[in-house]
Amino acid sequence: MLQRLQNISFLDVALWALGAIIIFVVIWGTVATIIENPYPVHTWVETVVAGIAQGSLYALIAIGYTLVYGVLFMINFAHGEFFMSGVITATIFVAQPMQATGFLDAHPIISMLLIVIVSISVSVGVALLTERVAYRLLRKAPRLVPLITAIGASFFWQYFFRGLYGSKVKPFPQFEVLTGKAAIFGIPILKSHILVIIAAVLMLIGLYIFIMKTKVGKSIRAVAENKDVAALMGINVDKAVSITFAMGSAMAGIAGVLFAVVFRQVHFFMGFIPGIKAFTAAVLGGIGSVPGAALGGFILGMVESIGPGLFLEGLNIPAPHQLKDVIAFTLLVLVLIFRPQGILGERLSEEKA
Amino acid sequence: MKKKLFVILSLLMLSVLALAACGGSKFECEDEIGCVTYGPDEPIRIASALVISGPNTDLGTDSQYGVEIAIAFQETLLGHKIELQAEDDGCSAEGGQTAGQKIVSDPTIIAIVGTSCSGAGVPMSNVVSEAGYVMVSPSNTAPSLTDPEQAWNPGYLRTAHNDKVQGKAMAEFALNELGVTTAAAIHDGDPYTEGLARVFADEFEALGGTIVEFTAVNKGDTDMRPVLAAVAAAGPPEFLYYPVFTAEGAFITKQAKEVAGLEDTILAAADGMISSAAAEAIGDAGEGMYFSGPDLSYSGGLYEDFLAKYVEDYGAEPISVFHAHAFDGTNMIFDCIEKVAVQDGDTIHIGRQDLRTCLYNITDFEGITGTLTCDQYGDCADPKISVSQLIDGVYEAIWP
Repeated sequence: MLQRLQNISFLDVALWALGAIIIFVVIWGTVATIIENPYPVHTWVETVVAGIAQGSLYALIAIGYTLVYGVLFMINFAHGEFFMSGVITATIFVAQPMQATGFLDAHPIISMLLIVIVSISVSVGVALLTERVAYRLLRKAPRLVPLITAIGASFFWQYFFRGLYGSKVKPFPQFEVLTGKAAIFGIPILKSHILVIIAAVLMLIGLYIFIMKTKVGKSIRAVAENKDVAALMGINVDKAVSITFAMGSAMAGIAGVLFAVVFRQVHFFMGFIPGIKAFTAAVLGGIGSVPGAALGGFILGMVESIGPGLFLEGLNIPAPHQLKDVIAFTLLVLVLIFRPQGILGERLSEEKA
Repeated sequence: MKKKLFVILSLLMLSVLALAACGGSKFECEDEIGCVTYGPDEPIRIASALVISGPNTDLGTDSQYGVEIAIAFQETLLGHKIELQAEDDGCSAEGGQTAGQKIVSDPTIIAIVGTSCSGAGVPMSNVVSEAGYVMVSPSNTAPSLTDPEQAWNPGYLRTAHNDKVQGKAMAEFALNELGVTTAAAIHDGDPYTEGLARVFADEFEALGGTIVEFTAVNKGDTDMRPVLAAVAAAGPPEFLYYPVFTAEGAFITKQAKEVAGLEDTILAAADGMISSAAAEAIGDAGEGMYFSGPDLSYSGGLYEDFLAKYVEDYGAEPISVFHAHAFDGTNMIFDCIEKVAVQDGDTIHIGRQDLRTCLYNITDFEGITGTLTCDQYGDCADPKISVSQLIDGVYEAIWP
């Protein structure tokens, strides 16, 4: 016990004190808000549902970060661009022409399927190309090298698609069937939010089953455990890595379509901020852990959505919603102080950390 | 040390000798800041720093076309060709800083037309002023930029209206024309959006209305529902004014109708969202919403020539609102260069302080946007504000 106490450094104490202060401010703000009670119940419900929907998108994107980190121990900063590339292509070549010809309103389900297929194909294509050209050759290089390459790849794809499609904000058509609200347990919820939440949960469950129950999933887990031993056991490491990239970017492709359904506009720069947020979500949940990324995404979306109203409104801070990113990143700092491996992360061995 | 001094002295001697040998060059620059000299075949160089990338491209490109047309109409200035170096202000503080640094590192540039966005104008005017250059902005409208207590720097002027005028016009329109009594305003932290939203809110209250919520979002935010729900909970207001840029503005427009309590709220935005790209991004959701902006119902022969040239060169009607302001700003610069330049054979010398003084003293300059007179802090506009309504994807001027 004494031994442990001696190992605690001044920095640890300072960080804990910082954490304690932040938690105190949050509790104070929350209590003050509850006493002041500025919002009616339906506002809270609306905010929470928006948070869950935003969180589902973060979760789907965060999966891509965590999967790649799991097998390659690199942060793939180009992942936000995989998310953007699919949906922006699908919007221009599928969604907008179909809306112009009226096909979209006549056959919404077929249209949606086409949009999803195109989006996934482009996202996966871009991801596999990036992996083959930019990452594979660097697999034995020091870990900083692929990280910087990933940032370069991110810029490359952003400006590649800007050159291809122009820099304007492009509207994504509204689906007639997804317009308006539906009552669930008597609570009116936007139909697009319902679609996003259900789709995200199904995808996450499907992915978990794929990784835990199938042979391919097993090979991915083996490569994540130890690439050399996996190769000795007859597993094709390159193939497993490619499949991992394909899985992650397919999730991103679908997340892109869901994003477009909710927000109805796309842009070449749209992947950047969701990419950073999803990375935060992945670290929050414990990078390398699939359930962790999903949980981190949902928590981040919720905190961003209700945080400003709940924590800051009571402290009478003007324009609290401008500070939602501050709240999101403060949460990350808190988690890293008290639980450096993330909420569901395992303590990493020396080799992985 | 002594050796260095000796070298410098001998170099000085040499140059004096060389000058004396030439014998022709009698010009001595007496300008407080310094002079720019253009030799016989050298073009006069001006720079533009407008937003020509990202979602607000139309805003800056449109102004740049205005500058290019001014150059084309001018053809030559004191026998010299005019060359434009186009930079990008990125519509951000960082972009303005970078463009400013790049321009002032080039001593052959005499003046700058820019920036498009007030957010870029604040840091850029610092850089430009420090270096002794002069800038004329066609579309910065934030009140702080010409307020010496806040962000004004010597050498900064603008042909765009001050948002004190625009905010007031919108408040009057909302109260008197639409007859609303409660309003809310949202900005995104940019000096332009915050300044305009603040002026609107102050004027609206001064005229007897009630501001139920004054709040902000971030640039780059996509999910506006939490902030809109907060606005709805505070009022809900009859009128919502969000003078932000295209991407965020389109998100607010689309999501506002889906937030309980805001279904019947009248939506309004400002000149940052008047462009064909913005109309396309907003789509059906913005049908019937209002926009404040400079009155574009120009008339006169000069404007007809300008418009014909614009359509001929760029194949379309003007794509945004500040083309004429850029045209006028560029012509003001040409006018002053003509006045202050010292001709020395085919060589001309332009004093930077002389150019500044001339611009600040401009009175009754006849431009497309009206009769321009600059005050001591660089507000040159002849401000006319109108309100337009988005009908079938087209901005129709409806007031005054």
